[in-house]
Amino acid sequence: MQNEWLYIGLFLVVGIIVPIVPLVFARLVAPRKPNPIKQSTYECGIETVGESWVQFKAQYYIFALVFLVFDVETVFLFPWALTLKQFPLFVVLEGVLFIGILVAGLVYAWRKGMLEWV
Amino acid sequence: MTFWNNPINLIANWLNGLLTGWHLPGTLATILIFVIGITVLIVFAMVLDIGLVWVERKVVARFQDRLGPNRIGPFGLIQPVADIIKMVIKEDITPAGADRIVYNIAPVLAATSVIVLWAILPLASTIYGVDLNVGLLYIVAAGAMGTLAIIMAGWSSNNKYALLGAFRMVANMISYEIPMVIILLVPTILASTMSVRGITEAQSGMWFAILSPLACLIFLISAIAELGRAPFDLSEAESEIVAGFHIEYTGMKFGWFYAGELLHAFTFGGFMAILFFGGYGGFFGLEKLATFTWLNIPFVQALVFIAKAMLGYWVIMWIKYSVPRIRIDHMLAFNWKFLVPLSLVVLINTAILNKVLSGMPDWGYVTGMFGSNIVIGFVTIEILRAYGRKKRKAETKPAPQAQTQEQTV
Repeated sequence: MQNEWLYIGLFLVVGIIVPIVPLVFARLVAPRKPNPIKQSTYECGIETVGESWVQFKAQYYIFALVFLVFDVETVFLFPWALTLKQFPLFVVLEGVLFIGILVAGLVYAWRKGMLEWV
Repeated sequence: MTFWNNPINLIANWLNGLLTGWHLPGTLATILIFVIGITVLIVFAMVLDIGLVWVERKVVARFQDRLGPNRIGPFGLIQPVADIIKMVIKEDITPAGADRIVYNIAPVLAATSVIVLWAILPLASTIYGVDLNVGLLYIVAAGAMGTLAIIMAGWSSNNKYALLGAFRMVANMISYEIPMVIILLVPTILASTMSVRGITEAQSGMWFAILSPLACLIFLISAIAELGRAPFDLSEAESEIVAGFHIEYTGMKFGWFYAGELLHAFTFGGFMAILFFGGYGGFFGLEKLATFTWLNIPFVQALVFIAKAMLGYWVIMWIKYSVPRIRIDHMLAFNWKFLVPLSLVVLINTAILNKVLSGMPDWGYVTGMFGSNIVIGFVTIEILRAYGRKKRKAETKPAPQAQTQEQTV
């Protein structure tokens, strides 16, 4: 069990090193002749106006909230799905009831018009 | 014969004996063996990735009635190598206003998020990185890392197109992750395990694609959305925001985004093969027959798996090059008003039927599962058609009439 996570940890480390190698190699081989025009922001030839780091309107803000609810609740469903085989039908129906609460939330958001792109 | 039955363990044991023979402490020997194994696996994935570049270019050419690369090497096979050389020797331009640290981390993270998926990908019954008991959650977690890389790239480029692309990717991710996680529950219920290898073993009798074809379909759609490929490639829509999140990247940094996307698509083809098409196992328990025992040799299993994964990858490519890009509000509506309810229905159906039909003989179980999915699919299509008819009727009606109707309601 410990070895498994050691493997994942090492995999992550090697997985980060492998993409870095060609980048370092490219830095050694590739030419570097920067100039202001080359380094300017590319927006199809039109000179950029102002910064990009502005307060941007995230139109899917409500979607994000619904996502949060669903994501947390589906994580609770995984233990239920794993142990389903050991339990009688009653437990299955209880899980379905839990999903029903999820569906009620979705229907509520839908009826309230939260699932529209504004 | 032992080498052919369990090559990885044999080599690992031999290396372990060798290293401990050199009086290395056991932990260090384990770490060294792991690093060697991981490097071999990742290098294999990278070589496969180079092949995928050729496959992708050749297949898209055929879809568009072109020949594709055919100059360098036989059938243009050396073309990807030429591509890599070109990318490495290109000048690496960093825009003046970019956030340098985040800008440089993003392409590495994009590649890493795909590579780490290979840790749990079972190529054969004895050739796999690690058999995690939470494998399915690991897939979702690694997928979220890829999205993070795209957001980092879009935000740090200090470019409005890149920012738009990143924002769209967030919308994409927070939507399509839900049906994917719900659908991952279906193989979990059917196999009673979350380990990727366990799910493969559970399908030695019957593929889950037969037991739940709708789940397979929903997984395919949400995987394509998670990949950010057409018709969900709004984050890099060429015709409106040029290249989206990787607009400012040049040289090998762009190369990693490109290579990562291709390998990601192949890996999801592989996961589709594992979750729904029996993975490295043969076809419907064929390997249990006496004449087909050669299907149990690990290298043959790996070939079978790669063939199945390639088929999944090809389907993803097929969809990419034949379906036009959809609008972002349609994309979200399609997810929240269609895929999420449908995946919940499929989940409930699987959970209940799996319990009710568990006492039945095999043929009854399979027919019940398959039939219920067909019924659900048919009802869904009928609902959609009725909705479409209603919508068309409302559109063809003259405007004033529609208004009076609203008043009466």
